[in-house]
Amino acid sequence: MTFTGEFIAFMALALVAIIGGVLLLNLNKVVHMVVALIFTFVSIAGIYILLSAEFVAAVQVLIYSGAITIIMLFGIMLTKPYDDSEAKTGKWRKILVFLGVVGFAIAVYLGIYNFDIKQQPSTLHEDNTMQIGKALYTQYIIPFEFVSVLLLAALIGAIILAKREDKEADKE
Amino acid sequence: MSQVPASAFLALALILFCIGLYGALTKRNTVIVLISIELMLNAVNINLVTFSKYGLYPSINGQVFALFAMAVAAAEAAVGLAILMALYRNKKTVHIDEMNEMKN
Repeated sequence: MTFTGEFIAFMALALVAIIGGVLLLNLNKVVHMVVALIFTFVSIAGIYILLSAEFVAAVQVLIYSGAITIIMLFGIMLTKPYDDSEAKTGKWRKILVFLGVVGFAIAVYLGIYNFDIKQQPSTLHEDNTMQIGKALYTQYIIPFEFVSVLLLAALIGAIILAKREDKEADKE
Repeated sequence: MSQVPASAFLALALILFCIGLYGALTKRNTVIVLISIELMLNAVNINLVTFSKYGLYPSINGQVFALFAMAVAAAEAAVGLAILMALYRNKKTVHIDEMNEMKN
């Protein structure tokens, strides 16, 4: 395997993504975990660019490393008195979960390690955003409209769930 | 033509998925559990985009599916945080092993 620029970029991005994930598991403070995960999200956006999906990469940076991370930080800061004690769960449960996850990883890896389909020439990198727009507004127009309904329902549901109820109780 | 084999992308997605799975099953703070689930969804998105380029018939459909998955993930994160806020107001805890009202 030759060390082309694409290979080096993939290795660097994959390394940063995995390091971010491992830091998520091992850091002590909750805010540090979320900040470590920003590295993972940004390097996944780089992976998307390697896969000639520029629009998905831009959406990834906007949604994940922008919106979702900020929402999670707000969630941490609004639930103020957190103690990060890792007790009570028990060592055995962690060991069993770890073994299960490793078994799952090995099982899936046996399926994909020699996955070899002959590469077809693709035109995904030419006018990527225009291709996505055409697909969204012709073939996927009904799911696209349903997504807007879903986002509206999530918005209203989140507002109703997070609304304070003690004011209404005072009025009554 | 690309030099990086498709199995490398799939292996990266597998590693990220396993990290997210382990975090979601062992962490105590509910926010970290939610963000671990986001990491798992992200790994699945990597798979979708990979197959949209390296599959037998490369097409844009995989990327469109990834966009839909991102929309659903964003909605899930917002509703999950709202439920966490409501629980925190009533129980004053964010630890996921103390949220066992439906157990008894």
